Amino acid sequence: MYLRPSTLREACEALVEAPAAILAGGTDFFPALADRPPPPRILDLSRIDGLDGLEIIDGVLRIGARVTWSRIARAPLPPCFDGLRAAAREVGSVQIQNVATLSGNLCNASPAADGVPPLLTLDASVELASSSGTRCLPLAAFLLGNRHTARRPDEILTAILVPVASPDATSCFLKLGARRYLVISIVMVAVLLEVAEGRVRSARIAIGACSAVATRMPELEAALIGASPAALGSLVRPHHLERLAPIADVRATADYRSEAALELVRRALRRCDGAAA
Amino acid sequence: MSAALSSTSPISCQLNGARVTFPPDPSARLSSALRGLGLTGTKVGCDAGDCGACTVLLDGAPICACLCSTAQAEGRDVRTIEGLTATNPAAVQLQAAFLRHGAAQCGFCTPGMIVAATALLERNSRPTEAEVSDAIGGVLCRCTGYRKIVAAILDVPATAFDGPQPPSGTAIGARIARLDGRRKVTGADSYGDDGAPADALVLKVVRSPHHRAAFAFGDIGAFLTAHPGLIAVLMAPDVTGVNRFGVIAPFADQPVFAERETRFKGEAVAAIVGEAEAMAALDLSAFPVAWTELRPALSPDEARAMGASRLHESRPDNVLVRGRVARGDVEAGLAAAAVRAEGLFETGFVEHAPIEPEAGWARRVGDRIEIHACTQAPYMDRDDVAAILGIAPEAVRIVPTAVGGGFGTKLDLSVQPFLALAAWRLGRPVRMTYSRRESIMTTTKRHPARIRMRAGAASDGRLLALDVEAEFNTGAYASWGPTVANRVPVHASGPYLVPNYRARSVAVHTHVVPAGAFRGFGVPQAAVAQEQIYDELAAALGMDALDFRILNALGPDDPTVTGQILGPGTGIRACFEALRPAWTRARAEAAAFNRGRAANGHLRRGVGIAGMWYGCGNTSMSNPSTMRIGITHDGRIVLHQGAVDIGQGSNTIIPQIAADALGVPLGALDLAPPDTDLTPDAGKTSASRQTVVSGKATELACRALRAAILRMANAGSDATIRPAPGELRVDEAGHRRLIRLADLPLDERGYAISAEETFDPPTTPLDEDGQGHPYAVYGFGAHLAEIEVDLALGTVKVLHVTAAHDVGRAINPTLLEGQIEGGIAQGLGLALMEEFHPGRGENLHDYLIPTVGDVPPITTILIEDPNPVGPSGAKGIGEQALIPTAPAILNAIHHATGTRIRRVPATPDRVLAAIREAHLAADPSPPGEGESAPADRGGVLPGWGCPHPGSTLRVDSPSPIGRDRDRTDQGQRP
Repeated sequence: MYLRPSTLREACEALVEAPAAILAGGTDFFPALADRPPPPRILDLSRIDGLDGLEIIDGVLRIGARVTWSRIARAPLPPCFDGLRAAAREVGSVQIQNVATLSGNLCNASPAADGVPPLLTLDASVELASSSGTRCLPLAAFLLGNRHTARRPDEILTAILVPVASPDATSCFLKLGARRYLVISIVMVAVLLEVAEGRVRSARIAIGACSAVATRMPELEAALIGASPAALGSLVRPHHLERLAPIADVRATADYRSEAALELVRRALRRCDGAAA
Repeated sequence: MSAALSSTSPISCQLNGARVTFPPDPSARLSSALRGLGLTGTKVGCDAGDCGACTVLLDGAPICACLCSTAQAEGRDVRTIEGLTATNPAAVQLQAAFLRHGAAQCGFCTPGMIVAATALLERNSRPTEAEVSDAIGGVLCRCTGYRKIVAAILDVPATAFDGPQPPSGTAIGARIARLDGRRKVTGADSYGDDGAPADALVLKVVRSPHHRAAFAFGDIGAFLTAHPGLIAVLMAPDVTGVNRFGVIAPFADQPVFAERETRFKGEAVAAIVGEAEAMAALDLSAFPVAWTELRPALSPDEARAMGASRLHESRPDNVLVRGRVARGDVEAGLAAAAVRAEGLFETGFVEHAPIEPEAGWARRVGDRIEIHACTQAPYMDRDDVAAILGIAPEAVRIVPTAVGGGFGTKLDLSVQPFLALAAWRLGRPVRMTYSRRESIMTTTKRHPARIRMRAGAASDGRLLALDVEAEFNTGAYASWGPTVANRVPVHASGPYLVPNYRARSVAVHTHVVPAGAFRGFGVPQAAVAQEQIYDELAAALGMDALDFRILNALGPDDPTVTGQILGPGTGIRACFEALRPAWTRARAEAAAFNRGRAANGHLRRGVGIAGMWYGCGNTSMSNPSTMRIGITHDGRIVLHQGAVDIGQGSNTIIPQIAADALGVPLGALDLAPPDTDLTPDAGKTSASRQTVVSGKATELACRALRAAILRMANAGSDATIRPAPGELRVDEAGHRRLIRLADLPLDERGYAISAEETFDPPTTPLDEDGQGHPYAVYGFGAHLAEIEVDLALGTVKVLHVTAAHDVGRAINPTLLEGQIEGGIAQGLGLALMEEFHPGRGENLHDYLIPTVGDVPPITTILIEDPNPVGPSGAKGIGEQALIPTAPAILNAIHHATGTRIRRVPATPDRVLAAIREAHLAADPSPPGEGESAPADRGGVLPGWGCPHPGSTLRVDSPSPIGRDRDRTDQGQRP
């Protein structure tokens, strides 16, 4: 059964009746089929009103469930979103960016999801709706593991909520892959930096594809506070990244991921400093 | 419920300007719905958004139609290549530019490219190269190397659609647009999945999920009963002839359906045939088969250790075949050498990844079977299918469709036996298209190689000796393993004079997908080793790497390692000399960059060079081509062109040769396309043989026809033949003689006048030392790669490739450049990113091939040193173009970093590990924290310069194939 409701309420009711595979942009849904026929029950979000908003209200950017990477890339957003917009330009290809949604990227919960590191540095939350109401979860609490989220089968992720950081915050995103386009990350790093009076006021750093879920680096963040922005690269030490648990796969060895993550963090910090200057 | 979009309600959208209604299947992919309406210009290459061949415009934005449900297109504006061709000025301009630049080869990605580029030009009529690259970054091309595509898009607005037609006698050497190009750029060409009758049954194959397994079927009857619309299940007992095939008859060993045990993951055990709708809904996991996994041998070491447990009873130690070439005294040569180098080099499985997956359809016509499928070898298909069905070869008709890339993999049977058996038994047309997963899992691969080389040179720089031991993982079945094992010893010296030489090869069976023919038949793997070893010798001598190669380059009077003296047309020295200016410039630029601030502490540039040679056609074996040309009563000149065009250009090259040999304008020729009922056997499209062998047969046939016409007109050899309706006008010295064609009786070929000639290149057998004349024609070339390495991340960016090729005679320079650029792109993939791990990554996001952003600008230098055998002196180019790229890049990495990469691909992790290892060897103290290793010291590391002359270089043992990585994936698809 292919369900294509026009209201969120109908969609939630449909999920109460029976679980369904949720279809938004389709860029993970269809490849996951491999050579199998589609699942018996599909809930298509594409006709639901109110899921395509992209606006800042009361200091919070609300990214509706159907907002695509292309819209993020083109949106006039403050500099704290530069990293997210850089990620938007690196996801897959133009064809993918035109239909793939940020929300789908989170729900798919790949360890290499491009959206996760920048959204972690932005302290994003997700909004989950069901027939019994709406709840919000911090992104880190939503992503539980490789392909595993806190979304219940009766819930729909309706929006990503991002508090807008201070206007002088800078951000960046670096992705390392084995080719230029259409590439799955070996390592990626997102950094958001707030600098005041020549000193780091806050640093938020997240690394992806080096653990089952991309993760923030609180020890490193703490070590950078109060430092001179120009010196940040040299303050990063291997032990700051001990939270990572990289594995080896067809793309790279675990040791390589650790080493590349360290290097990318240093470069991202230098680049952020350059952006602030 | 009210929210449900009922599965019976039709879905409408605005398609190419008109309102259309799709069948009520909301979850069907838009690509499939469009193709169901007959709009087959939207190609399907992966069904996963990885290749972009299905790009269409949805409300003006490019998307992959394979990732869009039909329901999501409802009420929206969809434009496909067909609609853009009809109405969009930008698309029409692009098509003209693509033709003029030779930007379409096989043409399978071309509609997607043009749709993506149209979207760009609609919002930005003057894009930069970077913007073009971003716009088409999501469309993979395996043929062209992208450079001509980028050039074509940047050249819009373009003018002429077709290139200018050269006057009579000047077709050879002209930059003629592909004669089959228009149907490629408009999406009208018909590939394996495009032409099946609407009522065709659909076939799917049940395949082994294990590398090695025993199996038992359950209740097939109950399975069929439970699935209405399914019609038949075919298994080994249903094979009416022999359940065995193979491209080399004496080695034929592959069953259509496994009988007791499967020998590789993906091997077929059964085929299910049914009505299209039922097959679309079928989950193959419901098929009743029980598997018992058995212990596999995945590497040659494991296979040899298995002892008596043979994959094939007749092959002890699981050895398929051995090869050997020996000349002089290799040990004495090495002992006499002033410098020596040795090393062990490894390459992995490489997937051909043509963007068109294997596809076709078949029907029974009376007591004959007719197969329409993509193939590189129609007559070989015919004979194998006949044996499988147990009927005469003449009862099989093979009609090759357009081929969306092959590179060697479509030489072997894929869909054909299944289709033939099903259509033969059921009496209804049957179709089948491999999924990308099926294609990667089951079709042949480049042989993984483990090659040990020892080489020595005299103090004056002359090569004295080379010893080669090459082991190939040939997979479960023979395929082209014998060819690889025999071709490599002949070629592993490279195009150099090596007086003392020994090369031994062995191909070992394992429980993995068969390795077969892939552009170069093992020679690219050998070149990775040999060209690096020669660089080490040059370094050990303190000699410039280019000087070393020029000094040792094979001359026309020098014997090859098989004792053949090639004579005129031995153009390798000219290729190296042509690279001299680029070599001097690039080395100076790299040195300046590495000294300067732009290196930013962690970037290093390097320049590398490599040469190659490659014999055209079969090794010491007959491989004739036959060409026919005839003139009809009404004056049409029909060229029976049976050399399958897989994108390389035989549909254009062969007519160019024909036109000049006959002495008529190119436009006067009609082509009868490959079809075993219509065209004589022009052999297979492989081994860089079509221009040389089929081209020569064409030249001979057309000259024979010309001679017959001139005889009839009693005219001399300088007379001009002018075809006209119903007659030929033969003009000589102001006199015109008319031949009225209708007055002539039809000959046995059905023509007023015709000719047919066969050419088989003259070769001699190789003796037990591999001495003899294995090929009549060799092609030569050399590449120069300029690269940049990020020392802290191990990433390698290729900045520029300069390619010099001795092509004998450039029949069509545009198509030649296209072959060279495409070969370089595949060589770059081999060097830096491509490796298939059996059982894993059966898709185009784990198996990476270069995108437009990975292929650098390429400068091609064509050298014409004619060979006396080829048509107008021409030599092959298809495989020649790929061979030197990878070693040139690897030599450049060494130049930049001081590190040898002996295991390809040189992925970032391998390069970084090698840099770290070299760094530790040079300076055991750890680098200061926070510093990017070597660069922050401002220059070259101690010990990174040339070793002292006379030293034997250190040998690094790369890790065994596949053992450096575990079996789980972390960086999964985001």
